[in-house]
Amino acid sequence: MLFLLVTILGFSASRWHRGDLNLIEEWGLAGRRFGTFVTWFLLGGDLYTAYTFIAVPALVYGTGAFGFFAVPYTIIVFPIMYVVIPRLWRVSKRHKYVTAADFVRGRFDSSLLALAVAITGILATMPYIALQLTGIQAVLAVMGLAGHGFMKDLPLVIAFIILAAYTYNSGLRAPALTAILKDILIYVTVIVACIAIPMQLGGYGHIFHVAATTLAAHKGAMILPPKMYSAFATLALGSAFALLLYPHAVTGSLGAKSGSTIQRNAALLPLYSLALTFIALLGYMAIAAGIHTKDTSLVVPLLFIKTLPTWFAGFAFGAIAIGALVPAAIMAIAAANLFTRNIYREYFMQDEGPNREAQVAKIVGLVVILGALLFIVAIPLQYSIYFQTLGGMWILQTVPVIIFGLYTRWFHRWALFLGWLIGMVFGTWMAAEESFKTSIYPLHLGHTVILGYAGIWALVVNIIIAFVFSIVFNGMHLSNGQDETDVHDYDTEPGKEVAQ
Amino acid sequence: MQKGNKSGWYWLFLVPFIATLWPPFYASYRPTLGGFPFMYWYLILWIFLVALLSGIVYFIDNR
Repeated sequence: MLFLLVTILGFSASRWHRGDLNLIEEWGLAGRRFGTFVTWFLLGGDLYTAYTFIAVPALVYGTGAFGFFAVPYTIIVFPIMYVVIPRLWRVSKRHKYVTAADFVRGRFDSSLLALAVAITGILATMPYIALQLTGIQAVLAVMGLAGHGFMKDLPLVIAFIILAAYTYNSGLRAPALTAILKDILIYVTVIVACIAIPMQLGGYGHIFHVAATTLAAHKGAMILPPKMYSAFATLALGSAFALLLYPHAVTGSLGAKSGSTIQRNAALLPLYSLALTFIALLGYMAIAAGIHTKDTSLVVPLLFIKTLPTWFAGFAFGAIAIGALVPAAIMAIAAANLFTRNIYREYFMQDEGPNREAQVAKIVGLVVILGALLFIVAIPLQYSIYFQTLGGMWILQTVPVIIFGLYTRWFHRWALFLGWLIGMVFGTWMAAEESFKTSIYPLHLGHTVILGYAGIWALVVNIIIAFVFSIVFNGMHLSNGQDETDVHDYDTEPGKEVAQ
Repeated sequence: MQKGNKSGWYWLFLVPFIATLWPPFYASYRPTLGGFPFMYWYLILWIFLVALLSGIVYFIDNR
């Protein structure tokens, strides 16, 4: 029933703030018109998804304090967002950039560097979309609705057809409008769960107490042990930077109507971090409630079934399922924007008109969604999780190109490309060394071993290479291309002195 | 030049990084608050502080 409502909302979204949906700026960024309120829901939807709802409590359930890296991560992401993203918004508005790769192309006059950014984005987004489905799957499994053979995947297929259809039809407006409904459902679920469950289990003090004892027996810890400090901090730091550069976060930000809309959101979005903290605590509640499962993705659904009235558990499951569709749609649109702008237009159809561009984006959006569906149906879930781990690491390798690029053009474009390439290879190699099981890699420096997020180690190498080769290439006076942006494009709010 | 003066406030944003990315500050069970171990209520407190901080900087930026 909730799905029906979402479908209707999704389709009617095309009428809302009507624009010409045959233009990519309209379809893919909703004409850059979203105010503070809608942007808040849209970016919030990116920040925590159905996967977060399932995966964060699962990690906390399994490891304890380490899973709480998600909290500092979602604290520091907002200062970064406040300072960096409005610059990207302003320059993108001025030059009609739709993707981060568009910006890189304009700034460094290098379609190769833009291609690197676009491919990184698409590679990282695909498994992320697929993982949204694990949320729906976990819920279905616990509700006992999971059938066998073809029937097993049927509800997922239906959910995805709905998603594909309304995304095609309404573009970014569809997830924006459904995000509002989704978040109301999720907030209600979180608030009720975090009051009702502890009341049943004897209060938070008791929950922490039981969880601390149980975790100590299973190699977990309620308080972060000193040897995990560096892993915890680097994972939080790396995840924060990666989050903002994910294509769906860029799409959500560029859809805002002004740079200060984004800054206002940096002050308002921490409400989501608060919700996320309580979602993470569901992991401890599950321990205290005596939930035992090998498949940790079932922790939250099992907890809800055990401690909440059936009708409310059903409501919560609906919220999680819809929570999967909204980010999946934004991600599909973001990937479609990247493909259309930075691969298709660049390499296949240079002379196509704007209508054709939007048409291609819509079709690519469909292909991406179907691809994600195939991913989840045909490939074991474990691989999606591996890819997701790699995805964050890969996205992080675009930090020098995009974030440094927003501030300086001192770095040489070929040096940045080399840094990116080696960062990608090195990061992937470290993950392979750990058999893709974890993103934490022990760095050996002489006799000391530092545990840290492999994405951060790779980024350090990336930056060093970009730095050293920039000195070399600049020294050789190798052409660094023509910058089409201007210093003022980054600082001045367009529209204030330029009539748009 | 006005812009430069205002951007100086951005340095304030370093505080949450140091406060939340340095676990020795908060990796302990006591003192508890309402049953929450220190590590947990400390991080929750920082969620409010970072929102407040962004709000203050926004206010200064748009004064």
